[in-house]
Formats: sequence, C-alpha cells, structure tokens
Amino acid sequence: MNRLRLVLLAVGGTGLAALLVAACLGLPGFGGRSHPYGARAVHASLTRHTANTIASVNFDQRAYDTLGEMSILFAAVLGCVVLLRQARDEHRAQPQPAEVARPVRRYALIVLPVALVTGLYVVAHGQLSPGGGFQGGVVAATALHLLYLGADYRALERVRPLAVFETSDALAVSTYLVLGAAGVLAGTSFLANTLLPYGTFNTLSSGGTVPLLNAAVGMEVASAVVVLLANFLDQAVEIEEEHGS
Amino acid sequence: MSDAVIVVALLLTAASATAAVAQRDPARQALVLSVLGSVLAVLFTVLQAPDVGLSQLAVGAALTPLLIMLSVRKVRRRGRTHDAAAKDGAR
Amino acid sequence: MMHVLPYLVAAYIFLTGCYGLATSRNLIHAIGCLAVCQSSTYVLLLAVGYQDGATAPVFSDLRPGSRPVVDPVVQALTLTDIVVGATVTALLLALVLQIAKRHGTVDPDELRELRG
Repeated sequence: MNRLRLVLLAVGGTGLAALLVAACLGLPGFGGRSHPYGARAVHASLTRHTANTIASVNFDQRAYDTLGEMSILFAAVLGCVVLLRQARDEHRAQPQPAEVARPVRRYALIVLPVALVTGLYVVAHGQLSPGGGFQGGVVAATALHLLYLGADYRALERVRPLAVFETSDALAVSTYLVLGAAGVLAGTSFLANTLLPYGTFNTLSSGGTVPLLNAAVGMEVASAVVVLLANFLDQAVEIEEEHGS
Repeated sequence: MSDAVIVVALLLTAASATAAVAQRDPARQALVLSVLGSVLAVLFTVLQAPDVGLSQLAVGAALTPLLIMLSVRKVRRRGRTHDAAAKDGAR
Repeated sequence: MMHVLPYLVAAYIFLTGCYGLATSRNLIHAIGCLAVCQSSTYVLLLAVGYQDGATAPVFSDLRPGSRPVVDPVVQALTLTDIVVGATVTALLLALVLQIAKRHGTVDPDELRELRG
C-alpha cells in the first residue's frame, strides 16, 4: 500500500516536473523589458496621485479584488473562532505565572511600544512608502503579544479585550463595504476612486480613497491576527480537557 | 552584480525550503519555516519588492511559525494529559 | 540560464512542498509543507514581474519617469496572498486541533484506519 503510494507519487511528480519545466521554458525571460500591465498600472497610479503604486493597485485599481481577499480573511478567522471555541467537555485552567528572565522582560517591554508605533506608521504611510494595511496590521498585532513574553498571559488578556477586537474586525469589513457603496451613491461605480480629491502627490492625504481603504484593511488585519492568536493561545495555554471523559 | 545577488538569494530559498520539508518534527520545522520566511523576505527585497518583503517578514518569519508552535504545544499537551489519565485509569 | 532560473527554483520549491505533503506522517508537518508550496507561488509571481535594472515601484523618493520600475501588479497580488495565506494556514491548524481532540492522533495513516 505504502509502496504503491510512493510509486504513484514518483510518477505524478515526474510528470508534473516535466510539465513545469516545459512551462518555465515557455515563459517570457526573467528580467525582460515588456510589462504592459505594469506600465499601465504605474501610469494610472501617478494620475491618481498615489506614490506607492502597489497601494494604488490594491486599494484603487483592484479594490474589488481586495474586498474578496478581505472576505476570505474574515471567513477564515470566523472559522477558527468557531473551531477553537471552548467545548462542553473542556475547562479553563488558570495558567501559573512563570518567572521571566529580567533581560527578556526589559527588552520585550522596551520593544513593544516601538513595534506598535512602527506598525501604525506602516499602515498610515501605505499610500506613500512600502507598507500598508496588510503589513502594518500584522506588525501592530504581533507587537501586542510581546506583552506575553515580557509579562504573563493574564497581563496580555487584560490589554486585549477580545470582544472589542472581534467587533472591530467586523466593523473594518463593513467600513470597506460602505466606502465602496459610497461610490455608487456618488453616481459612479462600486469602489471607484472618485469620492475624494486626489490631493497633493506624496503627502499623507493623497490618493483619494486609498488611505481610507488602506486604514480599513489595516484595522481588519490587526484585529484578525489578534483574534487568531488569542484563540490559539487559549488552546495552548488555558483550555484543558476534563480528565476521565 | 545584481544577478549574482539574486542567484544567491534564490539558491538559499531553495535550500531552506528543502530543509523545511525534510525536518519531520513540526516544532523544529516551525523554526526552519521562520528561516525560510526571512530568506524569502531578502529575496523579495532583492527583486525590488519591498512591500512584499515586509509582508513576508511579518507573516512568514513570525506569525505562521508562531501559530504552528502553539498548535504543536496544544497537541503535545493533550497527548500528555491523555497518557496520564490512561495511567490513572489502569491503576 | 539566468532567464529561466527563478522559474525553475519556483517549480522546485513547489514540487518539494508536494513531496513533503504526500509523505508527511503528521498533519501539522503537512501544513508546514503547504506553506512551502504557497511560497513557491510568491517566487514565481515576483519573478514574472522583475525587470533588469529597474527599481521598486514606489515614487515617494523617485521622480516619475526617471527610472524603469518593476511590475507592481504581481507585487500587489503576492502581498495580499501572503496575509490571506497565513489566515488560511491558521484555519487548517484549527481543523487539525479539532482532529487531535476528537481522534487522539494527528497521523493521517492512523486516521484512515480509524475511519474504517
């Protein structure tokens, strides 16, 4: 049985490898000059005064696609929350606070605010410099968890009211939808970037609705990561099965 | 010059991907995945994609390995309490 | 050679991840291998968008038109893919935790025996 599986894998893998290599040889050469979509995206981004072309693609030219990504994110987090909820045959054990080495504690507590501000900065400057809601959200959310390293789990639970983050996750998705629908009400189309003036190139308030959508995504990603990590931490640290069940 | 840097980054990526698959212990694999995430972040930066590099650094080098470690811990802890319960039952 | 090497590396990473997935004896390890497979798509996408001598498509410190820039479309695709991929990994891990709870094992072969 196991042998058969390995043979099957070898045959399939070899076939797939041959096809992939053939496909690679057929692709336009690496580093080539022809990028028609890229050139048009850059042009569109510059006409809409967005310095970071990638933010323009994500939150303006392909904003509808990003809405889909957000829905996947939201659904995945929802699934995790449902799967990892406390079951009837489980109970919560209060974790014992353990001694934290002094350098670890000091380092974690110094880095925490720096990392948090960095995350927020990265979100806020998404339309100008590399970064944006997706990256900054993850940075800010993971920064919060340095408190678990520096202090203990109870301290983390105090600064992280889970209900608030679950609500803000949902709120962020709704904000994105409302901003999209506002385009329809203003007489253009869903998620069209015509609502706000484009502003001065390379300033914080440039790019029309890009900064707003970016902020909504940042809020959603940050809340989603906090909720995810909270559920996994609960499972790993607090929730125990009843013995003898 | 920049070609050489790209080649080195690509080969490092391939090597750490191989190591991540070859490491069968999930807890250690999480560490190797973290290395893979960092190497990928370097590769993306070399390929002139700082946005993607930043995202990969935050997610691939920190978040995913952390989630895997937490899951490993849960599964192991579960196994341990179960074994203890089974022993109590036998007694 | 240089003009196909990145694509071949992406294909290699994908196949390696697939091999790990198929031979894995632990579901958590399999999810790690899936993460490796995912990373191959990032390499492929960014390799398609790269241009020799071009710089990042960010104009906060670059005069528009002064230098060629790499393709931003594939970068945007990769960027969202990374974050969404992580949450999907989390969903899979949550499923594995449920399996461990209900069946007491994370070995796919043992799980198959249990079902029968």
